[in-house]
Amino acid sequence: MPKQLTRLIIVFLIFISLFLVVRHFLVPESFYKFGHYRADALKDNEDHQVKYIDAAMCSACHTDIDSLKVSGPHKNINCQTCHGPGYLHVEDPSKNVLIKPTERAFCGKCHSLNAARACNIIKQQDIAQHNIDNKCVECHNPHQPQP
Amino acid sequence: MGNFDQLYQALTKVDGFIYPNELELRWSVLITLYPYITGLVAGAFILASLNRVFNVKALKPTYEISLLAAFAFLCVATMPLISHLGQPQRFYEIMMTPHLTSAMAIFGFVYLWYLMAVLLLEIWFDYRVDFVIWSREKKGLLKLVYKILTLGVMDTSPKSVRTDNKLGYIITVIGIPSAFLLHGYVGFIFGSVKANPWWSSVLMPIIFLFSAMVSGIALVLFLYMIITYIRKQKLDMLCLDTIGKLLFYILILDFTLESLDQIHRIYEAGESFDIISLLMSKLFFSLTIMQVLMGTFIPLAILGFFQFHKPKEKIRKAAYFIISILVLVGIFFMRWNVVIGGQLFSKSFLGFTTYKIGLIGREGLIMSIVWIIVPFIILTFLLWFLPPWKKAHIEDK
Repeated sequence: MPKQLTRLIIVFLIFISLFLVVRHFLVPESFYKFGHYRADALKDNEDHQVKYIDAAMCSACHTDIDSLKVSGPHKNINCQTCHGPGYLHVEDPSKNVLIKPTERAFCGKCHSLNAARACNIIKQQDIAQHNIDNKCVECHNPHQPQP
Repeated sequence: MGNFDQLYQALTKVDGFIYPNELELRWSVLITLYPYITGLVAGAFILASLNRVFNVKALKPTYEISLLAAFAFLCVATMPLISHLGQPQRFYEIMMTPHLTSAMAIFGFVYLWYLMAVLLLEIWFDYRVDFVIWSREKKGLLKLVYKILTLGVMDTSPKSVRTDNKLGYIITVIGIPSAFLLHGYVGFIFGSVKANPWWSSVLMPIIFLFSAMVSGIALVLFLYMIITYIRKQKLDMLCLDTIGKLLFYILILDFTLESLDQIHRIYEAGESFDIISLLMSKLFFSLTIMQVLMGTFIPLAILGFFQFHKPKEKIRKAAYFIISILVLVGIFFMRWNVVIGGQLFSKSFLGFTTYKIGLIGREGLIMSIVWIIVPFIILTFLLWFLPPWKKAHIEDK
């Protein structure tokens, strides 16, 4: 066998052994425990802080608003879409007050004129023109908006 | 409220109906660079291999340049991917826990195979005797480095050189399918995304391969002219004409394949066809102007003309130089049209988002320019460290 070849084989063997040694130290401890993933990842996900709650939990306390909302066009919109994540609020309602967005631009996020959207599904209004001195919520109750 | 503001701003970029997760492009300009740079590697290497395996003597002046260019670009090929990662410091994990069912997880090994078993070996066999000679001539640290690189094989006899050539030849023969594998794989990554009609095509690996060859040949043409100019040497016109001819043939093949892909889409006129025809008009600048007109038609026309009539050397030199740049830019836009174009339209086939490249940041313009420049810096170092023009010709003696 030519000398070049023997030397190269030695170099490759060294490289492969080094790779295996490095691999031994770098593969996360719990990898392959349950499958081709890091078993500890399950624990990491479990430890994430919960931010949102089930909408039914909102209805449990806010029965008045719930009864209003169920018959209106916003019935399928989750409370937390407008009011933000509610987990901490449920833990301690007095300390963690949720937001109540009232500015025109906020309603406009769904309802402002947009030629690319079908106007028979979400009502559209030119918020730069329509009754500009007042807030939307002064005329339209967001929990049961009427046209 | 900050999130809503971001969302509202993002919505102004949208046409028609798109799904929420399609607002922002996940694969940015860096993912455009990755197949581009990998293509340059594969293309430059294939040119070097043609020279060696088919013994195309006219290409000899570009042999080492192609090899070293392939190596310089290969060193950087993974960097756009790594800088695109959300957790770049964990890049090595793909190699540590490979999975055979994931094309991306296999990439690390395809890359390593190509780097270690093909490119480095070929360069080593090509330069071994020179390492020995230089390790005797140089002093200090450089002497030591060259000596280590010989791996202790200090034989400079014609017999050992013949062995080097023979083994190098075998490596080249293995290298050609490896280069095809490396870049075919990159096309495969896109071609296998069945949810995306702009990508999903069995022709994709082949198109990527041929465009890689086109860009690699253009790169070597460009480098050869620049390096010769800097070294104040005379350009070998036979070599330039041969590269030009090769570029012409491969460009025709590449153009034919890409046209075939488009014609197939147009004739098939599947459910995604409406959005794709709109997409093509959206990509007017990058597709029609840059890729097709500047990157393909003009080079094809000039190179085609040269096959029938050869103007003066001066004109040909200038033309080759301009063509190499046009082709390099054109292929970049081809990658852009694939990667960015494929993410602009919604899976609903009813809307578009837009992509605006940022200037700074991990996925910005500056970062991309850095990854384009670094290979040239590496190549400059390699040309100083392994100068092809100072190689010994032992077999001739």
